[in-house]
Amino acid sequence: MIDWAHFTPWTSLAGGILIGCAAALLFLSSGRIAGISGIAGGLLTPRRADIAWRIAFLLGLLLAPVAFRLFGRLPFPRIDAGFGTLLTAGLLVGLGTSYGSGCTSGHGVCGLSRLSPRSLVATMAFMAAGMVTVFLVRHAWAP
Amino acid sequence: MGALSAFVSGLVFGVGLLVSGMSDPGKVIGFLDVAGAWDPSLAFVMAGAILVGFFAFARARKLPHRREIDARLVGGSIVFGIGWGLAGFCPGPALVDVGAGIDKATVFVLAMVAGMLLYAGLERWSERQPA
Repeated sequence: MIDWAHFTPWTSLAGGILIGCAAALLFLSSGRIAGISGIAGGLLTPRRADIAWRIAFLLGLLLAPVAFRLFGRLPFPRIDAGFGTLLTAGLLVGLGTSYGSGCTSGHGVCGLSRLSPRSLVATMAFMAAGMVTVFLVRHAWAP
Repeated sequence: MGALSAFVSGLVFGVGLLVSGMSDPGKVIGFLDVAGAWDPSLAFVMAGAILVGFFAFARARKLPHRREIDARLVGGSIVFGIGWGLAGFCPGPALVDVGAGIDKATVFVLAMVAGMLLYAGLERWSERQPA
């Protein structure tokens, strides 16, 4: 059943269009793919000389809440996960996106936009794994 | 010039994540919870982003790119999906929430960086092993 109370098709579509425009700007101006895990991970392996654009992109991402606050009240995120879950989840996301060469942005947005079969497989794999995980935690294993 | 456009891209990307609702782990888990009260909003985020990306990446479709679909790609993506489902955070939204001063996002990002460093270490270790 659909959670109509939280369903926000128009703002989500608008946000998605902004994300698409951002990925388009990066690609058309420099030929780079806006994959957040790849941009961040590339800073950790010093063999790459292309550091400035990565820092600039991540700085923009970190300052986005400041820009958003100029136009409206910042949405307050609901984070149910405790400290241990956050650490486990972060570690899995760091490892998984490194081995899988991408995350929701690199595979899910940019990869699907360029019709990459690799990205389609990756996106189906992480969507399915995320859905199974939420099902187990929220329903199957819930007290 | 390259750094400036990358900065603007990151800024617009982050604002898009905030506008879309992706920066809220509760909403992300609502999308992944297909068996519960399902919030399909994030499908609209993907649709909006791909709608623009489809035209922007027209040139990219002609470039050669990696085609191999192997255990690293699938296994890594599954591990990422498990982590995504556990906390509702993927890398972009987590970084935006760090910028918003959310402590829990900082904990997640530090662990994520540790995971990336662990990967880099494991790769260097396996390169040194005799084949």
